[in-house]
Amino acid sequence: MCEGHSHTHSHATHSTTRVAVVENILSANDRIAQRNHSLLHQKNVYGINIMASPGAGKTSILLKTLEALKGRLRLGVIEGDPAGSIDTDRAIAAGMPAVQVNTGGECHLDAVMMEDALSQLPLDDIDLVVVENVGNLICPANFQLGTHLNVVIASIPEGDDKPYKYPGMYMGMQALIINKIDLLPYVPFDMDYFRQGVEVLNPGIAIFPLSCQTGEGVDAWADWLLSQANAAITP
Amino acid sequence: MHELSVTQSILDIVLQHAKDRKVQQVNLVIGQFSSIVDDSVQFYWEIIAENTQAAEAQLHFERIPGEMTCTACDHVFHPGNETFTCPSCQSSAVRVSGGREFQVDSIDVE
Repeated sequence: MCEGHSHTHSHATHSTTRVAVVENILSANDRIAQRNHSLLHQKNVYGINIMASPGAGKTSILLKTLEALKGRLRLGVIEGDPAGSIDTDRAIAAGMPAVQVNTGGECHLDAVMMEDALSQLPLDDIDLVVVENVGNLICPANFQLGTHLNVVIASIPEGDDKPYKYPGMYMGMQALIINKIDLLPYVPFDMDYFRQGVEVLNPGIAIFPLSCQTGEGVDAWADWLLSQANAAITP
Repeated sequence: MHELSVTQSILDIVLQHAKDRKVQQVNLVIGQFSSIVDDSVQFYWEIIAENTQAAEAQLHFERIPGEMTCTACDHVFHPGNETFTCPSCQSSAVRVSGGREFQVDSIDVE
């Protein structure tokens, strides 16, 4: 490796010097994410970043989670969408303070957008901020926002090969929801194959199979989230 | 659009380290598991680096293949497309051991 090594070429018209940099490409984003994390900590707010393909059920799970945690945690929402405010309208209709971030075509939220969105939320009246990231399995994984947890939602109709096709996303999460398990009898989905890929990429991760349609598994997810939040924010 | 913000981040890092020197080449190390960074980064570079001392820099990508290690037999391998099983002992008890890199490694300046 050439770390810390520099040399000159005398044969060229101009001499060239190699300067070692060795810096993560998204280090600036990571620094702002750290600042967001400090703000959440200071305000005693727990933050989760939900990432999934379009249609996996991010908004449905958000609404189910709100229902399950009613009276136990006060939620606030940050909605990332390329355009429009459909999801934000649904969140506000459900009684949550919500901020819409239109990414203007960008395929992910970044820490700067997150910082701006946090400044618009009444953090003193919130215990849990849920970020609904842009529907996409590639880009959001790289951009840390400063939340406590990155959560990926997989869903049965997407197929059992997603961990193998999007390893970056499955490596960057701290919890996994498998949504739409009510469709298992109708869709070819090898759960063992799916879980084996997840286990390789992210050993020991917490996995929550559930269905927003039947409600099965929702309480297990909500109770676990509540315990994580309480452990992090209660002095 | 992902590549545009990645390109901007690379340029920021490069300019910070180049100070006022002209940049000829930017050496990037990109692991298979970290992200998709394709040739469009060079395309964006030519637009956003215009009027900087890095305008003419060539981007050089060193790609690191994904690497896994079998915890049963210690075999190190590059995983195939749709399976992470160890090709040596067929165990599925394997762990990711390389391919996460996503760095500006160095720059060549005049």
